[in-house]
Amino acid sequence: MSIDKPIFRFAVFLGCLLLASPWLPQWAMFMITIAGANGMVVLGLMLFLRAGLVSFGQALYFCVGAYATGLMTQMFKFTDIFVLLISAGVMSGVLAYILGFLLAKYRAIFFGLLSLAFSMILYGLLAKTEALGSTDGFNIPAITILGWLPPQPLVRVTILAVTFAVMLLCLTFVNGLLRSPRGLLLTAIRDNEIRTEYMGASAQRTIHLIYVIAGVLAGLGGALAAVAVGHIDPAMAFWTTSGEFIFITILGGIGSVLAPFLGSMVFGVIHTVAFANSPNTWQMMIGLALIAVILLLPDGLWSLVSRMKKARA
Amino acid sequence: MVVLVDGINYSAWLFLSAVGLTLIYGVMKIVNVAHGSFYAMGAYAAASVVGYWTTNGFNPYLSYLALVVAAVLAGFVVGPPIERFLLRYQYEKDEVVILLITYGLFLILEDVIKLIWGVNPYFVSEPYELLGNFEIAEMSYPNYYLLMVGLALVVGLMLLYVLNKTRFGRLLVSVIHDREISAAMGIDVGKIFVLTFGVGCSLAALAGAFTAPTISVTPGLGVEVIVLSFAVVVTGGLGSLPGVALAALIMGMVRALCVHFAPQLELFVIFSVMALVLAFRPRGLFSLAETRKI
Repeated sequence: MSIDKPIFRFAVFLGCLLLASPWLPQWAMFMITIAGANGMVVLGLMLFLRAGLVSFGQALYFCVGAYATGLMTQMFKFTDIFVLLISAGVMSGVLAYILGFLLAKYRAIFFGLLSLAFSMILYGLLAKTEALGSTDGFNIPAITILGWLPPQPLVRVTILAVTFAVMLLCLTFVNGLLRSPRGLLLTAIRDNEIRTEYMGASAQRTIHLIYVIAGVLAGLGGALAAVAVGHIDPAMAFWTTSGEFIFITILGGIGSVLAPFLGSMVFGVIHTVAFANSPNTWQMMIGLALIAVILLLPDGLWSLVSRMKKARA
Repeated sequence: MVVLVDGINYSAWLFLSAVGLTLIYGVMKIVNVAHGSFYAMGAYAAASVVGYWTTNGFNPYLSYLALVVAAVLAGFVVGPPIERFLLRYQYEKDEVVILLITYGLFLILEDVIKLIWGVNPYFVSEPYELLGNFEIAEMSYPNYYLLMVGLALVVGLMLLYVLNKTRFGRLLVSVIHDREISAAMGIDVGKIFVLTFGVGCSLAALAGAFTAPTISVTPGLGVEVIVLSFAVVVTGGLGSLPGVALAALIMGMVRALCVHFAPQLELFVIFSVMALVLAFRPRGLFSLAETRKI
């Protein structure tokens, strides 16, 4: 896994953002953190979309990651962010591995709707579990880093830095995966699954693999969102949350591993601006944007970037 | 006994909510996420109409007719233009892409409903209270239950009749089997699509309209209906009419059992049935084999 140029540039950009953080308002840092967390989930969805699959239940792993974080802080009193992240990743990875045996057999609309069913099962369970606060959820205490408790003014920026680190790690990994033979298979599966199998590759195992990877990514995203917001509730598993992730995936496009983060940043801005200006019509804005992107920019915002590059070359 | 009555009532509601979805999928291969919005629109239209009806002192027994009219109006005013001017140009695209477009529509319609009817809840329980109660095994139930069950039966039978016995139904079946050949035979596929979409949306609105008197009509009421109807339709086999009926019956009964013996598992159990059925019959209970294209 070599670090290639776009990712390096992205890393430098994130570094500059961190350096500029003393001048950034708190809400902007919060928005960027959430965009990063969403971007992690969407990175997984992008892998699916490369294989021609759309999951309507990725919020399942987002929520599992968040609740794994919450349970670790509640039951075992762990507050170290790395312990929390690892447990969230492991929990969602194990669940994805188990469900993957079933889901990897499904394609097209059935893949989406079955994953929707699983996320709604989790929602139904959590919403009725009083020990976990039912629909209200519960709060996450302040986090520590290797024993250090960040003082109040530094909390946001610390979480932001951790988010950036996790993002870059995952980006490099997924980028390497997409260039490996296994990653190239995804496009082949989308184009023609039967021919892919004639070549001797197993579509089912490939999809199972990316299902687990996407699950872990979403779990990490959920954990980051949980510590950033400081509160979790079952709505994280509701189907509208999955819908938002899909919207970001379409918005960003699948042209590059950076596309999900571009998409989630733009989504964050649209969401914040639309919500602040007209709380009753922000959904409409999002809906209009979704349809506009599908009709006018079928390859997402990233296609603008790649078009620019082509024009320069 | 209580379980049975509750189960049948809930099944009827599930069937009414989901049947439009399966009709639209069967004919047009569109998984319509905006279905829930039509349900909500039906409920709001009903709230307005019934409110108008009672304040003007019209015959209360005719208000049921008003509910039907409200639903058909809501479905046919909004549905067909969407098909004609937006979806019509998207059939080339993947089913999943069309699903995403209807998801966008759902987001838009949710806010349109808020803009038209505001965010305050509506209560229109007059049609519900008017009918009184009946008793089985010393338990009292509202007669409105019977009305819902009757309505579900009427809708189901009417759809069966139209599909199998009328000229329109036969044209529809031929379009379901092969869109292009049907067009080549001189069937106006475009017209059939507009009509089907309108009918499907009206069915969703009908379910909403007849549910409105039993609940408080609030924003976001379509959100849960969408996933429930998905569950029913997918369990039954996308596009299958008997499938929806059977799946609605199973889920209604299972839920009623659940509500009586383990109420905290209510939502859980419906989607568990769906996951279980799909695990063993990947395309639902009543499904047609699909040819694999190499």
